[in-house]
Amino acid sequence: MDTQTAWVWLAKASYFLAAVMFILGIKRMSSPVTARRGIVQAGIGMVIATLATFAITGGHNLWLIVGGIVVGVVPTWLWGRRVAMTDMPQMVALFNGMGGGSAAAIGAGELLKFSQPGAAVPPVATLALAVLGALIGSVSMTGSIIAWAKLDGRMDKRFTFSGQQFVNFAVLVAAALAGLALVLWRLDASLVVVFFVLALAFGVLMTLPIGGADMPVVISLYNALTGLAVAFEGYVMQNEALIIAGTVVGAAGTFLTQLMAKAMNRPLSNVLFSNFGGGGAGAS
Amino acid sequence: MIDGFLALYIFMLAAFTGKEIISRVPVILHTPLMSGSNFVHGIVLVGAMIALAHADTPLAKFIGFLGVALGAGNAAGGYVVTERMLEMFKSSKDKQD
Repeated sequence: MDTQTAWVWLAKASYFLAAVMFILGIKRMSSPVTARRGIVQAGIGMVIATLATFAITGGHNLWLIVGGIVVGVVPTWLWGRRVAMTDMPQMVALFNGMGGGSAAAIGAGELLKFSQPGAAVPPVATLALAVLGALIGSVSMTGSIIAWAKLDGRMDKRFTFSGQQFVNFAVLVAAALAGLALVLWRLDASLVVVFFVLALAFGVLMTLPIGGADMPVVISLYNALTGLAVAFEGYVMQNEALIIAGTVVGAAGTFLTQLMAKAMNRPLSNVLFSNFGGGGAGAS
Repeated sequence: MIDGFLALYIFMLAAFTGKEIISRVPVILHTPLMSGSNFVHGIVLVGAMIALAHADTPLAKFIGFLGVALGAGNAAGGYVVTERMLEMFKSSKDKQD
């Protein structure tokens, strides 16, 4: 076994360990007695996985990676420490949006790489999951940012106009068609850009008509969506840690969204499409 | 290489795991658990790091850097916020005891 193989083995073992710690951590966080131990455990898993990743990046772009981590960690850590307890839900929305953005960035990078002239064409399944992960991640990012702005009182009105559902639906269909064209017809850089603009726009449009009182449920939904996007991009990157952690969060988040909607006595469809038919039923 | 049905099996088992492990969560822990699972998908940082390590054009490096910074923000912010929520939860429980 040469050194590179040994490092890859070490990283894979660390990812396995991290996946176990994430699952146990989430399980502990769902009980009042063990909740605090749960987050610490998941945190240790995250540190292990991140450190192990340095072993397989082989020192390429090392300072860019370190710089990116510092740029990401320092402000969010300080902000998260300082923010008032009552402002926590919008912080979750903001950080969730960052995760969605990160998944979308991975998708964008891979799609642009595949679309370079002379690049090897990947299998359809890989391409489809890259597109799907990018779509979901983009929607989750801009949707979460709007959710953050609304809860933070920066945008406290529900934005509604006649024919809104039709416009939203049209944008979603256009984004899906652009994604489908990327997978099946023509992988090309300008189409990648169009696809991302439509996906990002849909996240904004989808969240605008939803009222502030319903936001926690919506944030939980975006949380589940980001998990799913991470899992899909994990498949594209062939990374087990992303696939397992992303899928677990996607499933747990979907279930949690249903629980939260039930606790609020509002069916989820009612939260998301409350002004279908032009009513103002959303203000409860 | 994770492919085809193997990927589908991993996906299926992880999805059932995710639903099962939180099936008994009390209402008071809904928001902290949302925040905690938000932290866990910060693992996207690992994928972004690998993508950036493979980037060679300036555009790819820029997108990779953005991915790493956003993923790191998700993980760090998610951890701090969850930890603070659960800290508050614990102290209020201690007072009741």
